[in-house]
Amino acid sequence: MTFRLYALQRLSAALMVPLIVVHLIIIFYATANGLSAAEILGRTRGSLGWAVFYGVFVALAAIHGAIGVRSVLREWTALRARALDGIMWGFGLLLLVLGWRAVIAVVMP
Amino acid sequence: MSIPVETRRTTAHRRQGLWIAALVHRLSGIALACFLPLHFLALGLAIEGEARLDSFLAWTEQPVVKLAESGLVFLLTIHLLGGLRILYIETVGWRPVQKIVAAAIGAAAVLLAFIFLVRVF
Repeated sequence: MTFRLYALQRLSAALMVPLIVVHLIIIFYATANGLSAAEILGRTRGSLGWAVFYGVFVALAAIHGAIGVRSVLREWTALRARALDGIMWGFGLLLLVLGWRAVIAVVMP
Repeated sequence: MSIPVETRRTTAHRRQGLWIAALVHRLSGIALACFLPLHFLALGLAIEGEARLDSFLAWTEQPVVKLAESGLVFLLTIHLLGGLRILYIETVGWRPVQKIVAAAIGAAAVLLAFIFLVRVF
């Protein structure tokens, strides 16, 4: 792993810490009385704050997840750098597209 | 020809707590990476309307799904806390209590997942 990828992996991890803590609190709070679309969307729809929160969260998770998958594959398989980079970019973009699509789905009024 | 002891490949390290912690961090990361696209696809159902998302959420009321969700809480917690341990080692430095910290992280993740399970049932 290049130093740039290593630094990006650690930076995205550090930035995600408070976001994950908030996410875990929401998971416990939201599931206490059973999940409903009305409850979830009532909180998120039309909210710029949640749009930014989840938009940034998705971007950081995509970066962190893609580099993480590359690191594990590099350790555990004989894949060459080109294949590792291809998987990293493909998986990262998949997470980004699906994640931002999900954010749009829950925040659009 | 016998291989010198110092260069012989062994698996003894696989019984060491911190090796297991490193393995758990990788496995939990891979599991979360596999789950994320599915999580995003599920939330994306809201594009098709509130009723579509509600029908999916009704499916998640099954006990086996709730059990799986508690597994996800375990994975997220252990990956978060394990990651903080790595960031601490890399930025502040090694401490001899690492094994105890790693064990405490595992216990905390199990406890949080169990509390989640109790709350949803």
